[in-house]
Amino acid sequence: MQKLIASVVSRLVISVPYLWMLIFFLIPFIIVFKISLSQVTMAIPPYTPTIDIWAGWQGFINSISQFSWDNYVFLGSDPLYVKAYISSVIIAGISTFLTLLVGYPIAYGMARAPATVRSTLLMLVILPFWTSFLIRVYAWIGILKPEGLLNQFLIWANVIDTPLNILNTNTAVLIGIVYSYLPFLVLPIYSTLEKMDYSLVEAAEDLGCPPITAFWKITFPLSLPGVVAGCFLVFIPAVGEFVIPDLLGGSETLMIGKTLWNEFSANRDWPLSSAVAVVLLALLVVPIVLFQRSEAKAQESEK
Amino acid sequence: MNTTWSRFNIVSLVIGFAFLYLPIVLLVVFSFNESRLVTVWAGFSTKWYVSLFNNKSFIDAAWVTIRVGLISATVATILGTLGALALTRYTRFRGRMLFSAMIYAPLVMPEVITGLSLLLLFVAIGFDRGIWTVTLAHITFTMCFVAVVVQSRLVTFDRSLEEAAMDLGATPVTTFFKVTLPVILPAVVSGWMLAFTLSLDDLVISSFTSGPGATTLPMRIYSQVRLGVTPEINAACTILIAIVAVGVVIASVANKRREVQKARDEQAAARH
Repeated sequence: MQKLIASVVSRLVISVPYLWMLIFFLIPFIIVFKISLSQVTMAIPPYTPTIDIWAGWQGFINSISQFSWDNYVFLGSDPLYVKAYISSVIIAGISTFLTLLVGYPIAYGMARAPATVRSTLLMLVILPFWTSFLIRVYAWIGILKPEGLLNQFLIWANVIDTPLNILNTNTAVLIGIVYSYLPFLVLPIYSTLEKMDYSLVEAAEDLGCPPITAFWKITFPLSLPGVVAGCFLVFIPAVGEFVIPDLLGGSETLMIGKTLWNEFSANRDWPLSSAVAVVLLALLVVPIVLFQRSEAKAQESEK
Repeated sequence: MNTTWSRFNIVSLVIGFAFLYLPIVLLVVFSFNESRLVTVWAGFSTKWYVSLFNNKSFIDAAWVTIRVGLISATVATILGTLGALALTRYTRFRGRMLFSAMIYAPLVMPEVITGLSLLLLFVAIGFDRGIWTVTLAHITFTMCFVAVVVQSRLVTFDRSLEEAAMDLGATPVTTFFKVTLPVILPAVVSGWMLAFTLSLDDLVISSFTSGPGATTLPMRIYSQVRLGVTPEINAACTILIAIVAVGVVIASVANKRREVQKARDEQAAARH
């Protein structure tokens, strides 16, 4: 009896979240892929062919035969989309690197802080992460505007005479991404640095190794798992970022998340925006799998 | 560990935290500005808060957001906890690789993809878009965050406690509610809070999946922001920040108290 209950319970524990994710995560992707092979029409829903589940097997075959790769051919031939993909990856790459430059010293400083203040510092890093993403991006508009606070400050301090034009440029997008994603990078690096055995560095220094060499030869390699996890957490969502390029970027900013949104809401071309999403996903599949592997490995090693 | 706190560390922390907090502080300060200009200080005033509370569309959006947040966080916490149990307790079942991929992928998936795919699902099954579609979408992406938070607590859980309960005749369900749940409760609660704030904040997935009459607060703020920066939005943002900050501070104080209590209990137990 006990065994029977246990097996029923274990089935339920696994199958309920499993089914939920299948229905609301995996199946939607299949639908996206299917619609990306359709054509846009002026109808509701605005694409054709639609699969009618009541039409039976023959109806299914009929609609399959109408599928076309036109949307993908169009994406590949239109330089706008190709450029948008490339510049998204470049912007995400540069901002990941900048986030690492800003975030690593913070994580390092936190891990080396006295144990008594460490938990407070940790809370201070997490707190902005809990406040709305939109609010944090919005805050930068007031700072970066031509008549904004940064320019007012720089002119007051006699650093510049004419206001800098930062808002609505790629620089503003980079600042926005670094600012919004900073906690994602600081936290994993901090947790690897905190667990690190510092006596290794002391041993190296006792043996005459300069602190900077000791950092590059010992501390940094040991913190690599955190660095890798943090970089993925910044890079992957940043490639598809929509809010930041939309609010802080300008006409020169080409990012694929924004292109997808425009294609979807302004042009109402659902098949093409589905194709954009499928290609974006294909681009991100390798980093996502690597991220998932590194997370699973981290979980295993904690056991 | 040696905690030599060099000047370099202090400087990098001060600059880092200034970078993190200055924009938010400026935003809050200028919500109390008398002038309509958000960048020129003209004296203290709370008039933007008054006009915000008289703005019906903001209040309606706030209610929608809170309802979606409460329902989706609660369901996501249940599903996410089950998911975490499935991942840590059952190392072998058919499709485990796929399951763990489906739990980790939404954490980094660009929101435009998740939003678009859920919208197309709702259209395909003929589900009218509104507050319920937003809620379902929020449950889906927040339950993964809950699963990861709870899982990190479960991997350090001492399973002999459960085995002892089962040996003494407790059913798996009783064991879960009497032994496992009390131990992992802090992680479950912080998972709920994370899910709630993620739902409160979400703009992109909500915009894709919502329909007429289901405008959430971030959607409302976003459409206003596109027209320009106004002190009214600063006021709305300040209220949101205040709610979240109070919640986080209460949670961390409660956590600290519990830790102190635990340490005292352990000392008392050691003395006997």
